[in-house]
Amino acid sequence: MTGESLVFGVSGTFAIVGAVGMVISRKAVHSALWVAFAMINIAILYFSLEAPFLGTIQIIVYTGAIMMMFLFVLMMVGVDSSDSLIETIKGQRVLASLFGLIFGAMLVSAITSSLASPSAGLAAVSADSGGPIQAIARLIFREYVFAFEALSALLITAAVGAILLAHNERWAPRKTQDQMQRERTLGTHITPLPAPGVLASTNAVDTPALLPDGSISTTSLPGSFGLKGQVDGARSITEEGK
Amino acid sequence: MNPNNYLLLAAILFTIGAYGVLVRRNAIIVFLSVELMLNAANLAFVAAARNTGTLDGLVAAFFVMVVAAAEVVVGLAIIVTIFRTRRSASIDEASLMKY
Amino acid sequence: MIAALIGLPLLGAVVLLLGGRRTNAWGHLLAVVMSASSFFIAAMLFMQMVGKPEEEREIGQFLFDWIAVGAFQIPFGFYLDQLAIVFVLLITGVGTLIHIYSIGYMAHDPNRRQFFGYLNLFIASMLLLVLADNYFLLYLGWESVGLASYLLISFYQQKPSAAAAGKKAFIVNRVGDVGLALAILLMFVTFGTLSFEGVAAGAGLAAPTTVTWIGLALLLAACGKSAQFPLQSWLLDAMEGPTPVSALIHAATMVTAGVYLIVRAHAIFDLSETARTAVVIVGAITLLLGAFIGTAKDDIKKGLAGSTMSQIGYMILAAGLGPVGYVFAIFHLLTHGMFKAGLFLGAGSVMHGMHDDVNMRHYGALRTMMKVTYATFALGFLAIIGVPPFAGFWSKDEIIHAAFGQNLFIGLATLLGAGVTAFYMTRMMAMTFFGEARWEQDVKPHESPAVMTIPMIVLALGSAFGGMAMLFIGDIEHWLEPVTGFAYPQNSVSKAVLIPITLAVILGGAGYAWLCYGRRPIPVDAPTNVSLLTKAARADAYGDAINESLFMRPGQYLTRSLTWFDAKAIDGFVGGIAAAVGGLSARSRRLQNGYVRSYALTMFGGATLIALILLLVRL
Repeated sequence: MTGESLVFGVSGTFAIVGAVGMVISRKAVHSALWVAFAMINIAILYFSLEAPFLGTIQIIVYTGAIMMMFLFVLMMVGVDSSDSLIETIKGQRVLASLFGLIFGAMLVSAITSSLASPSAGLAAVSADSGGPIQAIARLIFREYVFAFEALSALLITAAVGAILLAHNERWAPRKTQDQMQRERTLGTHITPLPAPGVLASTNAVDTPALLPDGSISTTSLPGSFGLKGQVDGARSITEEGK
Repeated sequence: MNPNNYLLLAAILFTIGAYGVLVRRNAIIVFLSVELMLNAANLAFVAAARNTGTLDGLVAAFFVMVVAAAEVVVGLAIIVTIFRTRRSASIDEASLMKY
Repeated sequence: MIAALIGLPLLGAVVLLLGGRRTNAWGHLLAVVMSASSFFIAAMLFMQMVGKPEEEREIGQFLFDWIAVGAFQIPFGFYLDQLAIVFVLLITGVGTLIHIYSIGYMAHDPNRRQFFGYLNLFIASMLLLVLADNYFLLYLGWESVGLASYLLISFYQQKPSAAAAGKKAFIVNRVGDVGLALAILLMFVTFGTLSFEGVAAGAGLAAPTTVTWIGLALLLAACGKSAQFPLQSWLLDAMEGPTPVSALIHAATMVTAGVYLIVRAHAIFDLSETARTAVVIVGAITLLLGAFIGTAKDDIKKGLAGSTMSQIGYMILAAGLGPVGYVFAIFHLLTHGMFKAGLFLGAGSVMHGMHDDVNMRHYGALRTMMKVTYATFALGFLAIIGVPPFAGFWSKDEIIHAAFGQNLFIGLATLLGAGVTAFYMTRMMAMTFFGEARWEQDVKPHESPAVMTIPMIVLALGSAFGGMAMLFIGDIEHWLEPVTGFAYPQNSVSKAVLIPITLAVILGGAGYAWLCYGRRPIPVDAPTNVSLLTKAARADAYGDAINESLFMRPGQYLTRSLTWFDAKAIDGFVGGIAAAVGGLSARSRRLQNGYVRSYALTMFGGATLIALILLLVRL
């Protein structure tokens, strides 16, 4: 058993474990960590495939940058937002499994049936340019220079697009203190708005205030909670009150 | 060691990624699955490059990484936007464009 | 001149029908003036014609090219010959008298102006029919009189029965009109022309079968317009119209248009024995059927309508006899036009005095109350049953004589018809003017005003002396000969034998009727325990029932089944395809469920499939 097969055996197995873990984790953040694990193992495989440059940027760009961005977004949409694993589309899981099996079996059979030629190795081509990094740089900035430039344009576009998409447009001008004061004294709410958690079991942000008749004051909650219906704390209180 | 083993590993990872795309509902996990599929393809590229003794496969893998980075940026921005309006990251809920 | 003949009544109709209420006050007078001036023009033309030598009597007037499409050339032109002029005189003469009569008869009708407008329209249409110089223009007149007839039958639109009768007349006439249309089409195909001369000239050269078919189609047309068997059913219902209309249109003129058509197309019938035989048979059946129906009717107008059918049957029969009969057909037509118009006007006068009651069982003993009506009706009665020297005798006797020359059975049919005619007319006389009074309460019979009695007197004089005048002064046989041809009947039974026999039969019929109705009291309500024959006659010989069961029911069934077929099979097929596509679409659109994962699955499945195929092909 050579060193390469040892590395392949360990890292390959870990990569598959990471992939499977990603698919079966209920929580998105677990999935992200499993993918990061799989990617690090793939990076190791790159090293053993005589591609140290790619292995490095796999770790830096993928595992370091892209996966961290995923985690940022996960933080925004809710770390503990978890999928129920019950399938809602009829036949989706069965068919997905079926197609996946066929597809995988097909690829495996195609690969195994092809002739295994001994690996040519990259040492020769790397040596021409004085090293693997230099060899890749030569390719990128010579043969593939147009593709490279196009990619830079793509990256700029993607950056602008992301800003555009994620940017929150303010439709109304910001209220001045004067306006807020007027609303407070002349508007429908003479007193300040009820604070969250009034008459509730917890003082959490998602627990609404109750009006004197026991019903929920939706104005006491930040907009998004009302929409999601996350007001269970208040409901239990009103039932206890009765 | 048989160099085709890398290709087999890539095939397995790709299939698992595809399965993940098909069965998971959380948009972020779907995205992660796509990334896994891209990685599987990259692995195949790199393995093939070594098998044939050329560097073009490595360049292709490099480009795929860059494109994936761009794609992730835009994709996550879309997810954030959808989440902001619908308060949900489930891709099944974004199903307004239907019969 | 000829155009003015038609133009004046047409102008009257236009003014009255388009003028609206402004013409209410003087509209009827205008109509009378128009009709009368038409009659004077006709009289002038007649005098002119009499003054000319025989060969120059036909005159034509070309107005304009009506239809000119390639070989299809139809002029709008008139043609006045000895045949047409007698018709014109009858139409305008009787028409004018009836216009005058209507002034009195319709005096209290709110729609009198409209009525006179229709009458003028009818006069113009009928004149167009007899003056046309080709069959196509004749067809226009033919349809126009049909329209006028329809409008006048259903004149009392508020009565459902009148509206239905109008529709019935119109529809039954359509059947006949199909015959005329077919005849015209056949003529054009065969002869390439539709003018009377062209058809007459070409008839000898055409195939005998074609000529026969044209003749039969013309007979169908005549049956429709003249209420001949089997299209007779509309005439009895047509009595729903005002009585002057019955007198003018459904006795004197329009219903005789079929006779005119056959005589006018004599060139066709001269050449086809088959068509002539058919004509004779139709005439014989109708004359017996009409007389038979007339015997049982209590409605005075329907009785007269049956009589009209019967008398027209005589004319048709005569026209079917060929050259020996044409002139007598026209002769009988003219005398009938006078005495039957007179009889109808008399009936109208009686109804006028009896509060529009038409049931003869409510009449009786009117001869003292309505002396003028009684006298004129009696003259008409004598004329129709054929008592010498009144008009009907001369014409009917000639027909009976000619019929015996044709065939013994046909002759016997005409003889029997004469007897039955005498029976039902005597019955009518007895029930109306004799016996004891069976009037309804509040009915005070009174004589009609002079404006009504004077036309009746004129027509009664015509009934009395018209026959003799036409035969002896007018020499009608030779007057019409240049148009229709004429041959003395070759007959084994001489007139000297036949006339006494005929008179005996007539006397027998009249005497029997007198025994039944003159001597015995007449029940006010019609007896119900009557023989089957009487029942059949009361039901118009089941004409309606036969039409219904033979044509209407199967037609309805056919229509229903076609509708069913259309709805189920054709619509089902078309709708089924649409529904199948729709259903398929409705199901397949479910594929567009909006789930990205579902689409991704499809893509993945497709990719798997393509890769599989590639792999299988490679291996």
